Amino acid sequence: MRLARLLDRTLVRNLLLTAAIAVVLLFVSLAITPFNNLRLASIAYYFTALAGLTVLTGLNGQISLGHGALMAVGAYTVAILVGRDGWALVPALVAATVVTAAIGSVLGVVAARLRGPYLAGATLAFAVGLPGLADRYPHAFGGENGLIIPPPQPPAGLGSAFPLERWEAWIACATALIAFLALSNLQRSRVGRAMRAVRDDEVAAQLAGLDVARTQVTAFIVSAACAGLGGGALAVVTQLAAPGAFTLVLSLSLLTGIVLGGLGSLPGALWGAIALVMLPSWSDDIANSFSLSTDVQSNLPLALYGVVLMGVIVAAPEGIQGAVRRLGRRLRPRSSMSHEEAA
Amino acid sequence: MTISMRRPGLGLAGCLAAAAVFAAGCGNNGGSSSSSSPGITKTSVKIGGHTPLTGPAAPGYSEIAPAAKAFFAYVNAQGGVNGRKINYIYRDDGYNPTKTVSVVRQLVLQDKVFAIFNGLGTPTHTKVVDYLNTSKVPDLFVASGCPCWDDAASHPYTFGWQTSYQIEGKILGDYIKKNFAGKKVGVFYQDDDFGQGGLTGLKEEIPSQIVAAKPYQPGDTNVAPQITAIQKAHADILVDFTIPAYTALGQLVSFKVGYKPTLFISNVGADPTTVGGLLKSFSKGKASTALIEGAYTEGYLPSVNDTSNPWIALFKKIHDQYDAKAPFDGNVEYGMAAAYTFVATLKAAGTNPTRQDMVDALNSGKVAVGPGIVPYRYSKTDHGGYAGVQMGKITNGQIKLFGQPMVTDPGSGAITAYTKPQQSPGDAGVIKQP
Repeated sequence: MRLARLLDRTLVRNLLLTAAIAVVLLFVSLAITPFNNLRLASIAYYFTALAGLTVLTGLNGQISLGHGALMAVGAYTVAILVGRDGWALVPALVAATVVTAAIGSVLGVVAARLRGPYLAGATLAFAVGLPGLADRYPHAFGGENGLIIPPPQPPAGLGSAFPLERWEAWIACATALIAFLALSNLQRSRVGRAMRAVRDDEVAAQLAGLDVARTQVTAFIVSAACAGLGGGALAVVTQLAAPGAFTLVLSLSLLTGIVLGGLGSLPGALWGAIALVMLPSWSDDIANSFSLSTDVQSNLPLALYGVVLMGVIVAAPEGIQGAVRRLGRRLRPRSSMSHEEAA
Repeated sequence: MTISMRRPGLGLAGCLAAAAVFAAGCGNNGGSSSSSSPGITKTSVKIGGHTPLTGPAAPGYSEIAPAAKAFFAYVNAQGGVNGRKINYIYRDDGYNPTKTVSVVRQLVLQDKVFAIFNGLGTPTHTKVVDYLNTSKVPDLFVASGCPCWDDAASHPYTFGWQTSYQIEGKILGDYIKKNFAGKKVGVFYQDDDFGQGGLTGLKEEIPSQIVAAKPYQPGDTNVAPQITAIQKAHADILVDFTIPAYTALGQLVSFKVGYKPTLFISNVGADPTTVGGLLKSFSKGKASTALIEGAYTEGYLPSVNDTSNPWIALFKKIHDQYDAKAPFDGNVEYGMAAAYTFVATLKAAGTNPTRQDMVDALNSGKVAVGPGIVPYRYSKTDHGGYAGVQMGKITNGQIKLFGQPMVTDPGSGAITAYTKPQQSPGDAGVIKQP
């Protein structure tokens, strides 16, 4: 009885869930090849950023076309602290999160005053402009060349044969799990409910005593912090922070990623991350097996991405996770379904 | 948009389902294990490269990897090297360092290549050198003249191929010093190890003649500020350490502002076919090779238009048979010459080479000459490529070499003439003469 009550506590439940996922990821990473560990790491850092964005857009109803640039802030923070100043990885990742959250708070204040297309425009300008700083100040940011980060060394206790890629996957998955734990708690907290209320009807939220602007700024800060953490993990995994990684295309793919996966849901962010990592490699395989010309081949990933996005929106308007949930409901006995809906 | 409140159980189901799909999709990727090195069997050797098939460096450079593949196809048709067919996989990185990192790791981890061959670009390849050396993957004949490849102590697996930009800069500077004494020199260069290496070499020879040195970032679309600044410094001579796209952009600006210096273009940015094509497309057909006519340049390979040269004759024959869609220009010649060097190294590495044997073969100095008009510098302590260049001039849209090949080192060593005649492909004994 006491156990059941304990399990009812959101934090306890989410902790157990996160631990369960961590165990699954551990076994997955031990079973797969180094190259697939690298993919797993990419999925994990994209998930971290997508999870933050899906909270902002899905939960709070604010759009951001600038999350690629926020990832760049995290990546460059890690690159400068680890690569140049010799910091350890964990404090550098924390710093990346804090710095990006700080920049996110500025963006958030701007965002709280803007609506719809104007907000999209402002964040778009951020995404276009920020990577240009690297070229403007080549001595600090290495220009187009970027900043190199030394490969993270697996602890000696894991043995000398421990593949670098698995270690990178562990680092990236750890950041993803931290983001997952934090956001799944937030979703079911007072702040999360306030965010949803603001999203659904700002006037009603205000009448209910909620500070609309403050809620929106909070959402932006949380979201930016996740993007910064994800960007920092990206820099560690690719051992590089360069403007070429943070183009406008990245910002747009992040946004389409959360739509594809299912807006506002954390598992949806995972689907989106998988799509971002796997679709280019599948399209590569397609292009290779049909030996298409390079002009077609280089445009195929984006085209395929577009086709999948359209397909998902037509077939499953709530994204991949929405379709999975519907399938789950259909497979479930009726009684439990009504229980589900009551909840 | 409606977001239902979900029970965490469903979230977990989603996550696990996703993980399962991922794991299933990634299954059975384990390659066949061999007793020697990855990527090599009794009948084949698999090598990989990263190259810009798209992006700012693609014009011209995208011809290099297909030309190398054509050369390998020719060698394979002759039976390969010690019975092994060479399988060359090249992947597009768009000259974007971030993509280079991911495609090179894909080549090493997924394609399990024996060696990385002719990875193209300074800003790109510098990002994978540490990785390749930590993984002990031979990193052969980097398609860039950055002096940084020549570092046998910390990068024992990396070997350069083309003449180092610093050596180019020195020999260009030496020529300017002797023939344009007292003239003011402006330098337009790419802001990375490529341009900076060239500038360092130039400064070694003519430190007091340089009046302006302006960098560009690859990706810049407007180079007018740089060119007009050099013009304002009254430079009589303009030296370009540029990739073809920026040679063309720079010349278009010079033309527009009426700046007519004596032009020097370092080897990588001088191929008249490529630059002419870019001038034409940037100006929507109004400009042509005429804008680089009379420019000085230099090279370490015979001129691609010199059909009497047995190497050019061989390359032309292979080109017509295997790569006829591409124009026969300096890039094609470059790819084939680099591919020849790989074949020579593979042959020198013994009948059952491991990765280490490839490195040992190069360190031993057995690979000494090839299609170049100057020798390679390979030794235990020297991982640079070609040792020098010969001056040339663009005449009627073709590079005409003149004078004598000069050789030197990337440091402060003397510049000397190289007088040995070039070996023909048949005499070199690596491949059968047609």
